[in-house]
Amino acid sequence: MNVYFFTFAALFYFLAVLAYLSYIISLKKIVSNIGLALASIGFASHTLCLLTRYVEAGYTPVTNLHESLSFFAWTIIAIFLIANLRYKIRVLGAFLTAIALILMLFAFALPKEILPLAPVLRSFWHPFHVTFAFLGNAIFTLAFCCGVMYLIQEHQLKSKKMGTVAKRLPSLKALDDLNYRALTFGFPLLTLGIITGSVWAEYAWGRYWGWDPKETWSLITWFLYAAMLHQRLTVGWRGRKAAIMAIVGFVSVLFTFLGVTLLLPGLHTYSNW
Amino acid sequence: MQLIILGLNHKTAPIEIRERLAFQESEMEKALSQVRSLPSLKENMILSTCNRVEIYAISREPEKAIRELQNFLSRYHELPLKEFEKSLYLLIGEEAVRHIFQVASSLDSMVVGEPQILGQIKSAYSMATESRTSGIILHRLLHRAFHVAKRVRTETRIGDSAVSVSSVSVELAERIFGSLEQRVVLLIGAGEMCELAARHLVAGGVEKILVTNRTYDRAVTLAQEIKGEPIRFEEMALGLKRADIVISATDSSQHLIRHDPIVKVMKERKQKPIFFIDIADPRDVEPGVGDIENVYLYNIDDLQKVANENMKDREKEARKAEAIVQEEVTKFVHWHQSLEITPTIIALKKKFEEIRKREFEKMISFHPHLSEKERQSLEALTSAIVNKILHDPLTRLKQKDEEAMSDVYLDALRTLFQLPDLTAEERMKED
Repeated sequence: MNVYFFTFAALFYFLAVLAYLSYIISLKKIVSNIGLALASIGFASHTLCLLTRYVEAGYTPVTNLHESLSFFAWTIIAIFLIANLRYKIRVLGAFLTAIALILMLFAFALPKEILPLAPVLRSFWHPFHVTFAFLGNAIFTLAFCCGVMYLIQEHQLKSKKMGTVAKRLPSLKALDDLNYRALTFGFPLLTLGIITGSVWAEYAWGRYWGWDPKETWSLITWFLYAAMLHQRLTVGWRGRKAAIMAIVGFVSVLFTFLGVTLLLPGLHTYSNW
Repeated sequence: MQLIILGLNHKTAPIEIRERLAFQESEMEKALSQVRSLPSLKENMILSTCNRVEIYAISREPEKAIRELQNFLSRYHELPLKEFEKSLYLLIGEEAVRHIFQVASSLDSMVVGEPQILGQIKSAYSMATESRTSGIILHRLLHRAFHVAKRVRTETRIGDSAVSVSSVSVELAERIFGSLEQRVVLLIGAGEMCELAARHLVAGGVEKILVTNRTYDRAVTLAQEIKGEPIRFEEMALGLKRADIVISATDSSQHLIRHDPIVKVMKERKQKPIFFIDIADPRDVEPGVGDIENVYLYNIDDLQKVANENMKDREKEARKAEAIVQEEVTKFVHWHQSLEITPTIIALKKKFEEIRKREFEKMISFHPHLSEKERQSLEALTSAIVNKILHDPLTRLKQKDEEAMSDVYLDALRTLFQLPDLTAEERMKED
């Protein structure tokens, strides 16, 4: 059942990407509203997918790579829909729905069977850990998109071009504000993710911290974002520097999530994909 | 029945003449009623802006009407016709329709694509409506003109990009800061250029304007005029610390704003972005300042270049707009031609005859036993009914003394009986 909802969601994310791309070309507001509607339908279906999988499996479905990618895509769309309530940055939709769609396609290619839950994952803390961690990741994804757009817009302004590209991107201030806002929400979530993770580690393996690659890299990511926040508040790392840091931070997030899982064997490595 | 436009604009007349011939809004009612009293005119409207004065009129006798209008202009403005006759242009029929569509969609404006003209036409039209000098043709014409203007605005990008130095500056500021609201502006110099820029920014909604000048008194004077805050020239650094947008237009022979001090200022500002607009010649801002992070520097040439590029885009869009105008002119001319009496009578008769025939044949097919003679009398009966019904309206239509109302009748007939534009058919025959 969940696979049907999953496919349906992926299909609607795809249509949303198409709508947002045609918005970028035409700049017609109605087209971006269609994109938003399609993404919302996809999100609803995706939510049903997660719920049915939870019921079918009997545990929070974030235990293998298929489930994690799918959950990551879900949090990205969730964050996008929430951000959209406050910040009317329509182009953002094109970036975030596209990233979610790519994650969905990878997830689709991976084994989707529901397997018995490994004993270590059977914990009260596990769902909290993954929810905080992925919500943080999704917010950092949004910051990454803002960073990329900022660098493009800044380059347009510095090189004195006011052409088609510049016209389609938000103002520097809007992008920098959203980047900062993302940092102030994402950083606490990442911190909570790490704390709940270490509490869970204490239950699962009998120690809070074991320098397993995943733990090490999440700490590196945490330090990156901590530095970013600190520099911003003290010496005013905003604008260009903040945009670059958002991109660097996101690379670190991605590596912690995927790179470590695929390249560096450790306790977090998913056994079944 | 012809549409006539008699007028002058920025291309044909110098400002002195345009000023002399302009109609004040307060006198418009008087002017309109004077035009209405001219014997050969049926409908009229006056458009008077700072770039153009145009009288739109509908008349059966265009030549007479033109003479009357020329004399009216001369009499009303107390200016001999000789002095402005050369500046006048005269458009009749299809050319006139095209002209008003072009004017409404801002293709004939001094700055092509500027949006004010549409509002000016709308108010000219509403004044004509209030004074009851516009009739069925002008109503239709103006509504089509508004429709064309809307199409041009939505289907082309004619008004999209900034084409003047000041609007380019505002657009750039918006690209950096989102909006001008809550922004602080620092003016360096208190000359005319700065004053102009300041007024533009105040209109754009900036929060505060700081003014600094080598002679402090002049800074104070300008600050008072624009409700800004004067700053002593030696304390410019304080202003730079507070401002988001800096406009510099002094006649200083050397750079006033240099790289190294600005690096320091940026540190004090905690890297808050700053936008320098250098409209001085020679430059006030050292070019290297633009390389500093979070500093954006545009000088007058940069702004002009962007404006020129946008202007080229606009001209490209204007060609698309001309195609839309042409399409709409053709449609309007067809409608207008259909207001002729004879084609309307033909169309009306044809429609009635078609209905009669169709119903008659339907009846015959239900009653195959009818004899030839019976059929003939039935045919004669139905024809007689149709002719009797049409008799009164058609005689009325052809009466000479009803001419004044004929447009209204014809348009009503065409609308009520849904008659097709005959001209479409006629064109087919011509082809």
